[in-house]
Amino acid sequence: MTLIDLANPTRFLALTARVLPWLAAATVILLTIGLYQASLAPDDYQQGATVKIMFIHVPNAWLSMFVWGVMSIASLGTLVWRHPLADVAAKAAAPIGAAFTFLALLTGSLWGRPMWGTYWEWDARLTSVLILFLMYLGLMALWRAVDDPSRAARAAAVLTLVGAINLPIIKFSVDWWNTLHQPASVMRMGGSALDKSFLIPLLVMAIAFTLLFLTLHLAAMRNEILRRRVRSLQMMQASRVAFSSEVGAGSRQETASKEAGAA
Amino acid sequence: MTALSALIRRDIRIALRVGGGALIGVLFFLTVVVLMPFAVGPDLALLSRLGPAILWLGALLASLLTLDRLFMADHDDGSLDLITMSRTPLELSCAAKALAHWLASGLPLIVATPVLGLLLNLDMVATGAVALTLLAGTPALTFTGMIGAALAVTLHRGGLLMAVLVLPLSIPVLIFGVAASQAVIVGPLTFGAPFSILCALSLVSLVIGPFAAAASLRHGLD
Amino acid sequence: MQLSGSAIRCVRGGREIFAGLDFHASAGEALAVVGRNGSGKTSLLRLIAGLLVPAGGTIALDGGDAELTLPEQCHYLGHRDALKPALSVAENLSFWADFLGGERSDAGESLATVGIDHATDLPAGFLSAGQRRRLSLARLLTVRRPVWLLDEPTTALDTAGQDMFCSLMRDHLARGGLIVAATHAPLGIDSRELRIGGAA
Repeated sequence: MTLIDLANPTRFLALTARVLPWLAAATVILLTIGLYQASLAPDDYQQGATVKIMFIHVPNAWLSMFVWGVMSIASLGTLVWRHPLADVAAKAAAPIGAAFTFLALLTGSLWGRPMWGTYWEWDARLTSVLILFLMYLGLMALWRAVDDPSRAARAAAVLTLVGAINLPIIKFSVDWWNTLHQPASVMRMGGSALDKSFLIPLLVMAIAFTLLFLTLHLAAMRNEILRRRVRSLQMMQASRVAFSSEVGAGSRQETASKEAGAA
Repeated sequence: MTALSALIRRDIRIALRVGGGALIGVLFFLTVVVLMPFAVGPDLALLSRLGPAILWLGALLASLLTLDRLFMADHDDGSLDLITMSRTPLELSCAAKALAHWLASGLPLIVATPVLGLLLNLDMVATGAVALTLLAGTPALTFTGMIGAALAVTLHRGGLLMAVLVLPLSIPVLIFGVAASQAVIVGPLTFGAPFSILCALSLVSLVIGPFAAAASLRHGLD
Repeated sequence: MQLSGSAIRCVRGGREIFAGLDFHASAGEALAVVGRNGSGKTSLLRLIAGLLVPAGGTIALDGGDAELTLPEQCHYLGHRDALKPALSVAENLSFWADFLGGERSDAGESLATVGIDHATDLPAGFLSAGQRRRLSLARLLTVRRPVWLLDEPTTALDTAGQDMFCSLMRDHLARGGLIVAATHAPLGIDSRELRIGGAA
């Protein structure tokens, strides 16, 4: 990577430095409003107060898929348009997506605990999310396995796109597998459409979490760009100073041999 | 002693850095365990009965597959030559490498066990029993697997050949590991007897493994 | 101190590489092993290093440390650099210093001598082939061993690097060390030639 390639990321860094505080503020405000409204929402007649886990669970579940979508677009950017920021975006999104997916699993299993009596049930929806989580982890392992980020980028991009195509197939198979074994699904959400008192806080929370993702993602992208800069600076240091030190080593030898001669 | 601790520290460091494979073993473990319900069905009663066996098989495969590279990397970059020549006996160096490998890839498997126990509907006691048997048994897997890794490096063949060589050797560990965990869950055996045998197997492999690995490395020199 | 071998026979992969080879080198002397490709230069070094077992004959070091075997008193610099790209330059060197043990000198000074002290904290994976070779040389300086076994030591080194290496070898010989080097190019220091496998 040369410094010219960093020109575009430099503009990105300058832009995000201005945008990030506003984005973070908007996230905090929306989260506060959403949580407040969620606390006001009535208890479910069946589930009691546990229904409020929904306000955290659903946005996390939504983001677990949304982030993979973002990564897929970024992967197209890497493979088709070869945009210098695309693989940075894809790499930075993976751990955040994994975290949201993990939270979706965690809240899902906490939500399921009172209903199923266990923390885990091989419910179709939860199982699909678990597989999604494994795919996130695999992707992160791929990024970690290769030292050179630009080489890892293409492999990760291919895997992300294959994953995007496979996800609906996996979802369908798991649904089929699950109904094969369990004719009656354990969990049914309210049956009909959600009440307005649930729907509005849920929407606010979903938007708030999406903003949270955007904030975290931009910050992570900045970190990744800086990390790559450090890396290329280190590589430049390894090669550049070596050149001048060869001169230094030569002169050291001369003095050494002079000393030897004097002795 | 400095030599051995230096070797252990280096191997753990490499495993944890970018490009190292310490956490891939855990991911593999997780994936294998998650696959099982798709094969046997999501029946929680069935899963909790099979749980210890599934966890043990997963841990066995995960620890074997990561062993593949135990000596290969050092062989490829010439480090193994220097380790062989050094003033530290090769047996001790082998033991140190195996210990480092167990710390970096065996221990995380045990840490992951409670989470996987949750997925397989194991209760606290059962999960604890499986984790304890894995803690006692995985050193045996690493130290016998090391023999296979040493053979693989001298034969310049890795992967499946090593698994085929080592898997039969790990059958006793599997038998007593699963037996001890089942004893806690369903009985009728007591936990103590199979668990003691499991510990004995680990201790024996701690002795045999390094000697056999060092011997096969020495004979395979070229 | 004298390193000597008599009637050494080397067989690899069922093929006899050489037989009846005699050599000797004493303290302060460099032995340049020359011969065409496949004549067994590397094999001879590995025999001395104990990394190959001779099919016949003996190799012995007289006047060394009686407590130690011959390989334990040798430095072996092979084709491969024995470096881990994930570890930093300093970590690589200090690992070998700790692991090999024995008398040692300052690692930082050795890095300065071979001219890669600017890269001390960088991952070894960032180094070029020549710099990796320099880092291997730093190992020879940091850990003291009387016998240096060098296999094509100057490959990948530039002219300045080769000059630096020659002065290191001279220093080593002046301290009473002993060098056996397999080489195609002239070694650059006064050395006795050991030709194996007939004319080049």
